Amino acid sequence: MRQLIVFILKEFKHIFRDHRTLLILFGMPVAQVFLFGYAVTNEVRDAELTVWDRSGDYLSGELISSMVGSGYFKYEGQVTSDRELADGFKSNRYKLGLVIPPNFARDVFQGNAKVQLLLDASDPNTANILNSYASAIIGKFISSHTKLHLPLNIQTEVRMTYNPELKGVFLFVPGVITVILMLVSALLTSIALAREKEMGTMEILLVSPLQPATVVIGKVIPYLGLSFVNALVVLLLGFFVFGMPLHGNLVLLLSEFILFIICALSIGIFISTKAASQQVAMMMSLFALMMPTILLSGFIFPIDSMPRVLQWLSYIIPAKYFIQVVKGIMLQGTGLSELWKPTLAIAGISLFFIIASIKNFKTRLA
Amino acid sequence: MDDHTVIDAKGLTKRFNSFTAVDEITFKVKKGEIFGFLGANGAGKTTAIKMLTGLLRPTSGSARVAGYDVFREPDHIKRNIGYMSQRFSLYNDLTVVENIRLYAGIYGLKRQKINQKAGDLLHTLGIHSYRDSLVKDLPLGFKQKLAFSIAIFHEPRMVFLDEPTGGVDPIARRQFWEMIYEAAERGITPFVTTHYMDEAEYCDRVSIMVEGKIMALDTPGKLKEKFKADSMDQVFLKLARAS
Repeated sequence: MRQLIVFILKEFKHIFRDHRTLLILFGMPVAQVFLFGYAVTNEVRDAELTVWDRSGDYLSGELISSMVGSGYFKYEGQVTSDRELADGFKSNRYKLGLVIPPNFARDVFQGNAKVQLLLDASDPNTANILNSYASAIIGKFISSHTKLHLPLNIQTEVRMTYNPELKGVFLFVPGVITVILMLVSALLTSIALAREKEMGTMEILLVSPLQPATVVIGKVIPYLGLSFVNALVVLLLGFFVFGMPLHGNLVLLLSEFILFIICALSIGIFISTKAASQQVAMMMSLFALMMPTILLSGFIFPIDSMPRVLQWLSYIIPAKYFIQVVKGIMLQGTGLSELWKPTLAIAGISLFFIIASIKNFKTRLA
Repeated sequence: MDDHTVIDAKGLTKRFNSFTAVDEITFKVKKGEIFGFLGANGAGKTTAIKMLTGLLRPTSGSARVAGYDVFREPDHIKRNIGYMSQRFSLYNDLTVVENIRLYAGIYGLKRQKINQKAGDLLHTLGIHSYRDSLVKDLPLGFKQKLAFSIAIFHEPRMVFLDEPTGGVDPIARRQFWEMIYEAAERGITPFVTTHYMDEAEYCDRVSIMVEGKIMALDTPGKLKEKFKADSMDQVFLKLARAS
């Protein structure tokens, strides 16, 4: 037991004396949260809007003010020709152009009003979002001024449950927690173990009375602790800075954190049993872990819209299950009775890698 | 095996699939003698050392090291031997005294004893001023001495030195061999592998491995006589050519 404590203390010294590790450990999580929370977002605010009002009646004026008043657009003034409109798009002054044809008010009352939307689709995502915002506002405006209703005109009213304001950050906070736990736990432990091999100190440890299990546990415990602290920091940031709700049970959430950290650590140990040097360990961690974690977990790209093969592949990505769990607990307030399946999947993956690592470790020594 | 024998290997063999890395080696090492374990790269030295230190399970044969059986009691062996590799293998980002404390702690020494012995050690080595410097800032010669001192800090019955003088200058090598003699006098039997044939002359007895077998084992003087050679270097070359 004393041996283990001596070993863990040594590991903390390694961590706190290495500025690079410290930076990865504490700088990156916070930077990522702010990056994803503020910069990388699906929401559009203050998109530059211009109008070519060829009608100029009282109704077209009202339409413009309801667009501007929505808060999604920033009114950049009127244009008076095709050319002016085109130039404005080219010089990036406008993201959205609204062309109101002549006799707008009369057309509205006759029930056949048309307007034209011009969008800068060099950024297709933004263009799509702006299109749906603008169409919704215009549609609502026209229907409120039209006496005529088509017989089969079905009005849908949409309610977005669990995230009524469609805040992107609600998706990103669970995603960032996942990526950070994966990165810090797996990458740093695999590097730390590979470093012992590279420096030749592993030999000395193996010849010493320390059990191999003690070496591994001694390596893992500091990272388990630090990763947990990290996850808490991100969680608190999400909570206080971005107003992320927590509808479910906090104890359950934190337990799932620990389970996922153990999963990531077991993968890190497995990698280090394969990698002979720090660099190999780093490359393996980045390619085998980072990319799938970000791309195949549903963090950024929805899994349902991926090709079949990638969908199957996503079943072995622990991050996919963990994001489900975190979203479930935080946003939907679900409990273990609904989340036992992904929880079991994470536990299963951990078990697989722990057994594989032990086998690898033994064959290397036997 | 009596108290005066620290290694007693009989027909020790290690096979990897069809390849025989160590082929029935038999030898004894007496307490306090400096035993040189020579051989070209790939002759099977490293595999033999791994078996003797309890890291690798032999395929057949038997061996007792420091009084314990390599098959049944590898954990006891580990507690009673020291090991120093050619890379000196200290932690560069820990200070001198932290390295000492770490390794001593791993061998289960008590804190009070560690502190007292560490102080003595730093004085003897003359590196007291480096006490709190990081190991990476030490000159290579000091690192080597420190690594050796740490390897025998827990007073093992024997110490394995795997090419301990690689990369250091002749004066430092000379000083290092004095430390080896001192340890041997204190009853810590050194088991040394080396590439430098002049160092083989410093040993009480040497064994020379060729392709997994021990082809010669005697005092340097008798080996030179037997092979009609002027130096250990020539002995080694004659053996290597004969095979």
